[in-house]
Amino acid sequence: MNTHATVLDPTAEDRPAERERCLRPESLAGLTVGLLDISKPRGDVFLDRVEERIGGLGARVKRYTKPTFTKPAPVDLRHEIATTCDAVIEALAD
Amino acid sequence: MNLATLEDDHEAMFDRGWTDGLPVVPPTEARVARMLEGTSRDAHDVVCLIPPNLAECTVEKVAVNAVLAGCRPEYLPVVLASVEAVCSDEFNMHGVLATTMSVGPILIVNGPLASQIGMNSGINVLGHGNRANSSIGRAVQLVVRNMGGGAPGGVDRATLGHMGKQGFCFAEDEAGSPWTSLAEERGFGPDLSAVTAFCGEGPRLVVDQRSRSPESLTRMLADALLGAVSPRMVMGLDAMLVISPEHMSRYRDAGWNRTRFTEEISALLMVETDGIVFGAGGIEEGIPEGLAGITVPKFRPGGLLVVHAGGPAGLFSAVIGGWLNGPAGSEPVTREVIP
Repeated sequence: MNTHATVLDPTAEDRPAERERCLRPESLAGLTVGLLDISKPRGDVFLDRVEERIGGLGARVKRYTKPTFTKPAPVDLRHEIATTCDAVIEALAD
Repeated sequence: MNLATLEDDHEAMFDRGWTDGLPVVPPTEARVARMLEGTSRDAHDVVCLIPPNLAECTVEKVAVNAVLAGCRPEYLPVVLASVEAVCSDEFNMHGVLATTMSVGPILIVNGPLASQIGMNSGINVLGHGNRANSSIGRAVQLVVRNMGGGAPGGVDRATLGHMGKQGFCFAEDEAGSPWTSLAEERGFGPDLSAVTAFCGEGPRLVVDQRSRSPESLTRMLADALLGAVSPRMVMGLDAMLVISPEHMSRYRDAGWNRTRFTEEISALLMVETDGIVFGAGGIEEGIPEGLAGITVPKFRPGGLLVVHAGGPAGLFSAVIGGWLNGPAGSEPVTREVIP
């Protein structure tokens, strides 16, 4: 049984906005796919290979790089990817 | 928030995810109101945005978490300044949380307020047992967890972590030091109180019970610092050196000031890259072979933070390795503590 009936909430009391995911494309043919390198070592090696593979599937590839892997991608970069790409693949780590 | 009559109030805090794994003090309205008496700031003032969720955090929300952590009201100004420092762009709390390296914010308090609120700068200074040291560091971590959403297993991805992530805060022993303080080095006058946030791993002891001269002790400390985080990492990370009183006596007796010490140890903190390139010594880790054949400093200019603290007996100091430094990582940040 508690001795303190009322306590104050230490959290931000926010509720995450819920948005529906985009539908998964049935084919990459003709789509623009962004490849985001977060600037971890050898991320470019991984994404070079991914570019080869999905290029063969008919996708148009656009490459992007975060300034540093230690911080979230800048808003402008996220906006550019969101408005110019149909899908994005992110190379997370070495 | 009303708790059900049959809820155990301590268990209710755990159930709601508000704790760091240890019991917390229930933040009743009366306790939070009392906590807010510790600052001249308005309860509704926005302190900053708390990463990673960038939640707007008021003085009152900091006070609620300070109650949870076990703070006394007079600690609140230090908690507020610490939250501001840790949540600055330069400190990069989001990255500090998200990295798999085992680092967290370490808070060093300077100035008259440290002793006024009973902070420990002496025996067991980097350990437990002092309410102000323990609860201030804890409150900052609880703000990040509860307000910012930075909980282990979520955005906090540390492979190992360290016990200092429960809260790591201590005061510099200024009264016993012949040197200028860390905050003075960082541009704050001796009459001001300030807190410096440094992103670091757990402390590692440096034992030197034989050196009687400052030259010998400096060589020993440099040897230990060369291994900070990894002997194969240079320039890209900072470190903190906590010099104990008995070790400091070597410098005091010889008349070395902070400037002299910095010059002498910097000359020793040089690394020949031939020994740390990929594959050198049969170790695959290292720096690219193209950098062989040169000598580089272990730390960038100003990348070694030096603090005086610890108990009066014991010929030990401590090295605290940092994380990635500079704009791409975490910069040490100092903020004035406003009562």
